[in-house]
Amino acid sequence: MIDLWPLIGIVIITVGLALKQNTLLVILTAGVATGLVADIAVMDILSALGQSFTQNRYMSLFILVLPMIGILERYGLRQRAEDLIGSMKKASVAKILMTYLLLRKITNGMGLNIGGHPSMIRPLIAPMSEAAAEKASPNLADEKRQTIRALSAASENFGNFFSQLLFIGTGGLLLIKGVMGDNQLDVKLETMALWALPTAVVSFVVFGIYTKYISVRLEKDISTSQTPQSTEER
Amino acid sequence: MLEYVYQATGLLLLAFSLQSFLDNNNPKRIGSGLFWLIYGLTFIFGAMMPNWVTGVMVLMLTALAAGGFMGIGNYGTTSDVERKKSAAVLKNKLFVPAIVVPAGTVLISQLTPLGALVGLGISSIAAIIVALVITKSQPMHSLNEGRRLIDSIGWAAILSQFLAALGYLFNQAGVGDTVASIVKLMIPENMLLVKVVAYCVGMTLFTVVMGNAFAAFAVITTGIGIPLLILDHSGNAAIIGVLGMLSGYCGTLMTPMAANFNVVPAALLELKNKHHVIMMQVIPGLLILTFNIFLMYSFAF
Repeated sequence: MIDLWPLIGIVIITVGLALKQNTLLVILTAGVATGLVADIAVMDILSALGQSFTQNRYMSLFILVLPMIGILERYGLRQRAEDLIGSMKKASVAKILMTYLLLRKITNGMGLNIGGHPSMIRPLIAPMSEAAAEKASPNLADEKRQTIRALSAASENFGNFFSQLLFIGTGGLLLIKGVMGDNQLDVKLETMALWALPTAVVSFVVFGIYTKYISVRLEKDISTSQTPQSTEER
Repeated sequence: MLEYVYQATGLLLLAFSLQSFLDNNNPKRIGSGLFWLIYGLTFIFGAMMPNWVTGVMVLMLTALAAGGFMGIGNYGTTSDVERKKSAAVLKNKLFVPAIVVPAGTVLISQLTPLGALVGLGISSIAAIIVALVITKSQPMHSLNEGRRLIDSIGWAAILSQFLAALGYLFNQAGVGDTVASIVKLMIPENMLLVKVVAYCVGMTLFTVVMGNAFAAFAVITTGIGIPLLILDHSGNAAIIGVLGMLSGYCGTLMTPMAANFNVVPAALLELKNKHHVIMMQVIPGLLILTFNIFLMYSFAF
């Protein structure tokens, strides 16, 4: 019979996060509870906490990059990215989303966060995609607008997640290094960043095909059932 | 040498702290100031203090964060109109300082014995200088803008270090062994492909439950990845780690627990179904997960 008590921490994290408690508090509680269950003295838990926190300071070295990024934003980094995307007025939905995805991936790989749902998708990418779809097929049904907006939101996540690990100083890679290091496994940041590349490329291709598929399906729907929908909208 | 980089980071945090204390526009300036002060001290003195003292400081950071004592202040940043104007002048030059960081890090780690982390620290500081030269800005601005970013990240800035500490405690308590023996019970055969699938899908599912790939990574990698893949089959830790994390990100695409990425955008875009974004992401997410499994199975062993 396996002793299940060591798993108490996982239960605490799952329940605590589901109840929307502060993440740091949940993690701390889970860690302390796990230590107590394993008969580690409180003082030793405190020491272990401090030791690991100190050992893993390098995970937070991204803080040193913040003044540079802040200054670039002050002088219009995001606005420059908007210009680059906004300059393609006659593009299709797929082209707009894929350009954004590419730009997002490249800048993310340099450690720059130019995107975000509030700052790029809502004011720029979603309206541009909607306008492009509207141009291709006037009287766009509300349901289809919703799909295009949701797809725009998805493009941000795909761009963001699958290119993050390309940057050598990113928190994700540093965390992997830390967890491996705790187990006496030495991993190099450069090697890991390189192995993040195949998934970055494939996710771009997958999202491209998917976007094409969705937009073709939307257009097909429109051409077969145009009359009822256009009256419905009035 | 690395210790100097930590101390530089600590000093930057102390500067943020001092600015926070003096920021009258931040209704919670004392809390914010204390948080960055304590955090900065763990950076500067971490290697010199007894570990339990750092442990107590970690408790204080948690209390400040969980009690909601941190706020947003005034950073004297530029308006949208001003930014548009300077963007039109500087154009793609704005991207130059950003290239300094990855390029400098790789150069230093390849050409000197200092290593990637020291390289990252040196390149970050060099990039700040390049940014100041290109924009002809004052150094004080870079501090203010840096504080604007760190305040917007807030307590989440220390999340990675926290999760690492959790993973460390889990290790001490033998959580990994328990998870590993449960998984071994479910996989009677010693088949590598089944283990790779168990690890990658485990990362995805755990991320769906926890809403955070970083949290899932500490648990699943110590429980499945390291014992079953790296030790049993002498797998490549770098490849397994990266693809494991990327499989976790596939889970982030599919969970309402990751509200910031999936639910908040749905509200922001006025979607009627608040899970519309998630529904959109499931199929491509699963395709990418399949690719990760294939890649790990083919190249990590």
